[in-house]
Amino acid sequence: MPTATKTVAVTGNQAVAEALRQINPDVVPAYPITPSTDIVQRFSEFVNNGEVDTEMILVESEHSAMSAAIGASAAGGRVATATSSQGMALMWEMLFIASGYRLPIFMALVNRALSAPLNIHGDHSDGMGMRDSGWIQLWSENAQEAYDNMVMAPRIAEHMDVRLPIIVCLDGFIISHSIESMKYLPDEEVKKFVGEFAQLNPLLDTDNPKSIGALVLPDYYMEHKRAQHEAMLKVKKVVQDVSAEFAKLSGRKYEIFETYRLEDAEVVLVSLNSAAGTIKDEIDRYRDKGIKAGLLKPRLFRPFPYEEVGAALKNAKAVCVMDRADSFGGYGPMFMEIASALYPHKGPVLFNKIYGLGGRDLMPLDVDQVIDETVEVAKTGKVKMVKEYITVRN
Amino acid sequence: MSTTQEKPMTLKSLSHKKDLLTGGHRMCSGCGAPIVLRQVLLAVENPVVLTNATGCLEVSTCLFPFTAWRVPWMHSAFENSAATASGIETMYRALRKKGKIKKEMNFIAIGGDGGTYDIGFQSLSGAMERGHKMLYICYDNGAYMNTGIQRSSATPFGADTTTCPAGDVVPGKPQRRKDLTRIMAAHNVAYAAQASPHNWKDLITKVKKALAADGPSYMGIIAPCNRGWRCQTNDAIQLSKLAVDACFWPLYEVEGGKWTINYDPKDKKRPIKDWLKPQGRFKHLFAPGNEWMLEKFQQGVDADWESLKKLQEAFGR
Amino acid sequence: MKQMNWKELPHAGTILDAGNAHTYKTGSWRSLKPRWIEENCIQCLFCWIYCPDSSVMVKDEKMTGFDYDHCKGCGVCAMECPGKKGAKAIVMEEEGK
Repeated sequence: MPTATKTVAVTGNQAVAEALRQINPDVVPAYPITPSTDIVQRFSEFVNNGEVDTEMILVESEHSAMSAAIGASAAGGRVATATSSQGMALMWEMLFIASGYRLPIFMALVNRALSAPLNIHGDHSDGMGMRDSGWIQLWSENAQEAYDNMVMAPRIAEHMDVRLPIIVCLDGFIISHSIESMKYLPDEEVKKFVGEFAQLNPLLDTDNPKSIGALVLPDYYMEHKRAQHEAMLKVKKVVQDVSAEFAKLSGRKYEIFETYRLEDAEVVLVSLNSAAGTIKDEIDRYRDKGIKAGLLKPRLFRPFPYEEVGAALKNAKAVCVMDRADSFGGYGPMFMEIASALYPHKGPVLFNKIYGLGGRDLMPLDVDQVIDETVEVAKTGKVKMVKEYITVRN
Repeated sequence: MSTTQEKPMTLKSLSHKKDLLTGGHRMCSGCGAPIVLRQVLLAVENPVVLTNATGCLEVSTCLFPFTAWRVPWMHSAFENSAATASGIETMYRALRKKGKIKKEMNFIAIGGDGGTYDIGFQSLSGAMERGHKMLYICYDNGAYMNTGIQRSSATPFGADTTTCPAGDVVPGKPQRRKDLTRIMAAHNVAYAAQASPHNWKDLITKVKKALAADGPSYMGIIAPCNRGWRCQTNDAIQLSKLAVDACFWPLYEVEGGKWTINYDPKDKKRPIKDWLKPQGRFKHLFAPGNEWMLEKFQQGVDADWESLKKLQEAFGR
Repeated sequence: MKQMNWKELPHAGTILDAGNAHTYKTGSWRSLKPRWIEENCIQCLFCWIYCPDSSVMVKDEKMTGFDYDHCKGCGVCAMECPGKKGAKAIVMEEEGK
């Protein structure tokens, strides 16, 4: 029986800050960057008004934010932070160290474009840029999902089979700054759900001194990496288990990816985060016209559930993968994953659209054009351009 | 601060302490850095946690599956020893507030001059400004020795390094070194000092003061590198003493805004060439036609020394 | 020493045996070897405080000899040894002599 919840009208940032307040981490090192600044500001208010026990470290850069997070987590407690875009880029070096040291830090990534040209609006370049850093990635369509993912994040990261850092992505401005109706869980329920955390081999256990961060030469480096890979292999099941437990608590059920009218779909769009909302509306309209359209929206992007995604898409006739980020000189980052997921299958014809960079809107009509083209591809089996930008002036 | 009268510190009394840095590390024969670190650890009384920037000391003391450290130790990257330590220190305060940790602890961040003066400068400045109760120690050998003797902003004027080689047109490093200890003092830290391993009593006393200080503290400690300085493997203590006697590396401390020179050689002040001469990295300064370099070096040292004395006059006891 | 496989590695590669480098011998690096001449030793312990390799053994406040498993033969101890009346208590000799 789902627990009592409170319905509120809040922004995505507000919802994430609220989840962090309820989790009450031991330490939050943070640095302001648009559009995630608001999370840090709100959390600072919680700290200064005594609503959390957290010690904040108001660092002088994102590099130091992640460095301090690594130190604090290894010292022996729960650590959270938030960032966006250039901040994530500046953290990049330390992201690999957080995962290499198996530190279950959790972080909100309010997705924003990377410079140049300078742009503060939403796209997924930051999240895609760090996808190989060994962090678990959960993506969120709206404020509710961002909040729910954040509440689940420590449980997933801290699971003894996992012990890896985790990031919860939400779209900059579109979600971070828009007010939506959503539901909060009661404080006590969140506290109970996330539980207590005990770090493995904490540095502050000075009676048992240990050395963290040795130089590892070619004789051992691959063994370390293989052990890290093993932890990633365990993540999927943990995400499923934690999500199932969360569903009992909240009544909101999450899978490793969401499918929308996908079962019998012949033309399928694949999209992350907020664009999925618009796409679902348009799919409904096409369904009304008798076109078998559907959507697959990944939630767990790292580790990527190749087998399950492949099985879910293999019966479609055409799939258009919509990427809100580009890999210059390559296909869009999600397209590459979907193509990999489908390689064991004969499967559908695939193509790739790059949309929404730097906060460019994706309107219902834009989605319609994509669906129309997918219908055409399904009919002819032919793709004009494997990868092309949409909503761009020619 | 302890109120009881403490016994005078002697090597005999110190020798009862267990070495917290064991032999079996892979620092070069005759390296100054482990001498410095052994002395630093002799000063520590509370449980201590160390962070170490990437560098010679880090790679040579903790090479998987071996560690030479008998205290909790962490390395994460090159430029962030101070930021990493600030995370550890903050978690300590968070857990202490919650009653999960009861004991007093000390936190020491370590970096070489590259990891401190250059790439770690921002992280150090931020940590000092935020007021974490930690001691940052820079063991200063005046170049990126770990990567093969490249110039840093701590490299002295004229030095021959692999990235400012003594060439026909550019005779070594054209710039003077950055005076980081004074920059740290300008952060209004609780305690800032310079020390040298030849004067172990001064060094250990300063570490004790720094750890007892109510706030962040910084120490710059000269650490001769016989590979980079191109001197003999048995020179580390002699050259650190000469650096002090020539006033290239004055021993001083800034405590709550008060400047104190701990050792003034007065009429025994040695000319800088006495310190430069045994070092191969300065060989070209003694070549005919380069007399101006020796003069310029001496003038810089003298100017710094005079201004330090003025600071003591103005802000001393 | 048998190398661990990836399943045997400690979690996150953390080294739990603090100070285990002591089992790693660096004595073979030496080309010169310090020799202690006890009758010239005034027990000032300079050799101990200045040794980079924690290789001067001290017991009950007295120097008792060298840890040749770890001494790299740098010669700092001999250089700093004040000796007795000008006669050094530590001299460096060629290894293997």
